[in-house]
Amino acid sequence: MARMKFLCDADRCIECNACVTACKNEHEVPWGINRRRVVTINDGKPGERSVTMACMHCTDAPCAAVCPVNCFYTTADGVVLHSKDLCIGCGYCFYACPFGAPQYPKIGNFGSRGKMDKCTYCAGGPEADGSKEEYEKYGANRLAEGKLPLCAEMCSTKSLLAGDGEVIAQIYKERVMKRGYGSGAWGWKTAYRETIES
Amino acid sequence: MLIKRTERSEAASRGSVAATLSGQVGGLDRRAFLRRSGLAGGALAALGTLPIGGVRKADAAVAGPLSAGATVRKNVCTHCAVGCTVTAEVLNGVWIGQEPSWDSPINRGSHCAKGASVRELVHSERRLRYPMKFSGGQWSRVSWDTAIDEIGDKLMQVREKSGPDSVYWLGSAKMTNEGAYLFRKLGAFWGTNNTDHQARICHSTTVTGVANTWGYGAMTNSFNDIRNSKTLIIWGGNPAEAHPVSLQHLLEGKELNRANFIVVDPRLTRTAAHATEYVRLRPGTDIPVLYGMMWHVLKNGWEDREFIRQRVYGFDDLRKEVEKWTPDEVERVSGVPPAQLERVAKMFATEKPSTLIWCMGQTQHTVGTANVRTSCIALLLTGNVGKPGTGANIFRGHDNVQGATDVGLDIVTLPFYYGLAEGAWKHWARVWEVDYDYLASRFSDKKQMETPGIPLTRWFDATILPRTDVAQQDNIKAVFVQGHASNSITRIPESLKGLKALELLVVADPHPTTWTSLSVEAGRKDGLYLLPIATQFECKGSRVASNRSLQWGEQIVKPVFECKDDLELIYLMAKKFGFADKMFKNIKVENNLPEAEDVLREMNRGSWSTGYCGQSPERLKAHMKNQAKFDLVTMRAPKDDPEVGGDYYGLPWPCWGTPEIKHPGSALLYNTNLHVMDGGGTFRPRFGLEREEKLPDGTTRKVSLLAEGSYSKGSAIQDGYPEFTLAVLKKLGWDKELTEAEMATITRVNPANPDTVSWSLDLSGGIQRVALMHGCVPYGNGKARMNAFGLPDPIPVHREPIYTPRVELVAKYPTLPDAKQFRVPNIGFSVQKAAVDKGIAKQFPLILSSGRLVEYEGGGEETRTNPWLAELQQDMFIEINPSDAADRGIKDGGWVWVSGAENNSRARMKALVTERVGKGVAWMPFHFGGWFGGNDLRKNYPAGTDPIVLGESANTITTYGYDPATGMQEPKVTLCQIVAA
Repeated sequence: MARMKFLCDADRCIECNACVTACKNEHEVPWGINRRRVVTINDGKPGERSVTMACMHCTDAPCAAVCPVNCFYTTADGVVLHSKDLCIGCGYCFYACPFGAPQYPKIGNFGSRGKMDKCTYCAGGPEADGSKEEYEKYGANRLAEGKLPLCAEMCSTKSLLAGDGEVIAQIYKERVMKRGYGSGAWGWKTAYRETIES
Repeated sequence: MLIKRTERSEAASRGSVAATLSGQVGGLDRRAFLRRSGLAGGALAALGTLPIGGVRKADAAVAGPLSAGATVRKNVCTHCAVGCTVTAEVLNGVWIGQEPSWDSPINRGSHCAKGASVRELVHSERRLRYPMKFSGGQWSRVSWDTAIDEIGDKLMQVREKSGPDSVYWLGSAKMTNEGAYLFRKLGAFWGTNNTDHQARICHSTTVTGVANTWGYGAMTNSFNDIRNSKTLIIWGGNPAEAHPVSLQHLLEGKELNRANFIVVDPRLTRTAAHATEYVRLRPGTDIPVLYGMMWHVLKNGWEDREFIRQRVYGFDDLRKEVEKWTPDEVERVSGVPPAQLERVAKMFATEKPSTLIWCMGQTQHTVGTANVRTSCIALLLTGNVGKPGTGANIFRGHDNVQGATDVGLDIVTLPFYYGLAEGAWKHWARVWEVDYDYLASRFSDKKQMETPGIPLTRWFDATILPRTDVAQQDNIKAVFVQGHASNSITRIPESLKGLKALELLVVADPHPTTWTSLSVEAGRKDGLYLLPIATQFECKGSRVASNRSLQWGEQIVKPVFECKDDLELIYLMAKKFGFADKMFKNIKVENNLPEAEDVLREMNRGSWSTGYCGQSPERLKAHMKNQAKFDLVTMRAPKDDPEVGGDYYGLPWPCWGTPEIKHPGSALLYNTNLHVMDGGGTFRPRFGLEREEKLPDGTTRKVSLLAEGSYSKGSAIQDGYPEFTLAVLKKLGWDKELTEAEMATITRVNPANPDTVSWSLDLSGGIQRVALMHGCVPYGNGKARMNAFGLPDPIPVHREPIYTPRVELVAKYPTLPDAKQFRVPNIGFSVQKAAVDKGIAKQFPLILSSGRLVEYEGGGEETRTNPWLAELQQDMFIEINPSDAADRGIKDGGWVWVSGAENNSRARMKALVTERVGKGVAWMPFHFGGWFGGNDLRKNYPAGTDPIVLGESANTITTYGYDPATGMQEPKVTLCQIVAA
């Protein structure tokens, strides 16, 4: 089985937001919910860099560790998913997540947030693959179709890579070797407790 | 803990059904999956570790509810000219999903924010659904029949009273080639040259400047070819936001070649963030900095002497101008430090191949034509034209702005750059099989028929100026706009007067646009119609990417609601005017819809001058079908392929001769290292064969304008030569190779004097065929011009912007004198002088420039209506340097009033305090609209059609200024003041 990961090559990311709208398009994510977003540091200054961020599908995911109702599960491909039927919208996962991935549809009376929503690695949820129920709750299930997350597939500069961790690490290593620079696989240490040697 | 089952064998989906339909029964193969992991080439080594176990065979028998019957259709993104293929999945007539277009050699699966969200454009609930009429200040729904009848009657009434030139036909770079061509043809049959589109405010200066240098005004190479460059200079462009997918090629080129990646721009753009060197200049000083570079080139002898000797005219004249631009003077005028300039000059001239990439930063100026000319000169000086990795890589902004320009949706020419002279009209009369006399009778007179029209930048001047100031029968009385924003035109406060004065305004568009909201704001109560037009995803036809490749788009879904295809509306208008039979004589029309393929075939029959004659619909469709076969860098298909063998992707023009001779297209222009039948070429001699020059001693000498000792590979003539005519063929003894049929056609073109029939007028294609068979380029083999005699500044000179903060420089570098251009006065000189005399720069001390955001396009109404995009940019803003902000007590994110130098204009927006702009410079995105002078105009849109995000338009603040050669506006340099609101 593969261990699916995301890798953002910050030397390639141009903050074009294709990943953001591809995600909206694929899953019909409503206004206000951003499963993926692009963050820019040193905006407008020399050294400006952008990184696209979403759920990184961590190894021993901290969200799962703090969830009071155990709604998270990890698939055999290493994708961290959750059940919206079980989620109580408590928001603990939001505080635990180092990447700010969990999103909530509303802030209502007494702080109720609604069911948590986040990047599914285009892998749906607990319902039957490709079913209407799965689509309505979690969006499309591309992985079941043998496709990778659309955000990475549509990335304008091939900055965002998705796929088996070893394969995308290899691609990144070769890139860094060829061009002679690389700022490292952003977030990998936090998410996967490893770095890519180059 | 839940554990999800790992068996996916029962999974099926629209994707797997799509795969089944396209012949990939059994799910994805290893190669396809590999490509999906991001990079094919680099990952091949890792094949063994592929996670193939995770992919199970799909079983169509248990297809999920999303899947049954989905089909895949390909079209092209409508948001810039990179030309990304859009792959759509369609189910029951509904566009249900977008998939990556892996096979396209241009985008290889990728999109930007706009391309990844185009599906929403078709679905949008905020589109115009049916024709609407504004009368007595009220909106009402009308039928198409009523709308066409009433509009047509009114237009004919205006024509009767004020002449054909009083109707302005504003077309669009959003149309297909077929639509834009028919729109121009409609103008011709109506009897006016007042037909224009977005190229006017985009790259009109490029087209004029570059064509006047070496023959054709287009990108010389391609996005893909930039992968070959060792030095890239992006000068006045921000492709990371305007053409994001192009960055895939630029960044990979930078990485693989360890290339110099230099950005020259007043702003430290998102592109500059990836540069190896960033040069900040004062807006409007491109010519001094380019000359400053050339000063170092000449001083150090880095110029390409052999290239100049063989292929360039006017080098001595250039040298004299360059000598004036010493490093000190360049720094004084532009602010660029001498040491940095020398470093950049050295990289550009010595670390070759080098390319110069530009966009609106160069073109949108009163000196736009001179700017691009200077860029071409820098390339010529260093021999960086006509080879892989070199060239003027001009990134165009709309999906079909190159094509719409080529097909002549323009005020200065008929289709394919034939011009407006009698010979050009007679050529098209022959192609259209209509009497020349009939066409002439449609115009107010022969002189107007041969006089360039009014640029779209001046439509409101032509409406409100005193009658005698407009050189035609009457002022503009009616505007028919089909696919063009109003807020992308400068001087909005003035345009409001025009919007009020018009007798009729017709807006044909998927959205009401700011034409509507500003018209209502201007006080218009009647005579306004909105016609719902389909997006290009609901139509079929060809569009031209920036690199001159033609791509055929399939109709993804039928037009929604009551929307109509562009072609259908054009036909309905022609029918109403009573000339549809003549205009569509050779074009099949079904249910009022002209067949796009037939329109393209008609273009093929007449477009010899530009080499649009070989791109038959059949060939273009074969290219879309065989996209995967084209090479990533050369864009060429293997020679042995049965369908597209040896072709360059999209048959980039010129694609000479008839489709039958199978010219492959020209991926690189002016490349003498290839045979012309392999896409090789030479510079085009279109300015005479020799030129008489005055020498200092008062005598004269004749200098040849033909190439000397340089020729394309395999040419039978191993020197310069003029364009081919029957007379030239006779002289060479090649006329006997013409077939009888070809000879008969040539004689028919000019029975009195067939010898004068040229390669561009011969409707048989015989002259081109014979020239090609001898390895010769039909248009000849000439020199490129550093000295473009005939243009306002034959050797470009620096001229200060009309509104400049450096008033002390105006005396030395004034703008050109007032003159009448394109039927209207250009009083730039008077405006500049008045601004200096009145001390405008003290009152408005900040330079204001404008540009693009990645999320939006053009006037932005369409993209601001798309929630997936609108959510990402919800507020109009102005960038201001921290030091200027501190002086004014402006906080980041706070509201400010921006006031402009004309019309007491003011606009309210948020401040973005950033070092991205230098001190003394402010910058606005130009996509916003729907606010004016602090007022929200949402109520002015018909209910339910207002874009989600509205905001002040940058052009509320922009001011006077027009390029003398093209009528280009000046949205890149003006003056403003900003105060906290």
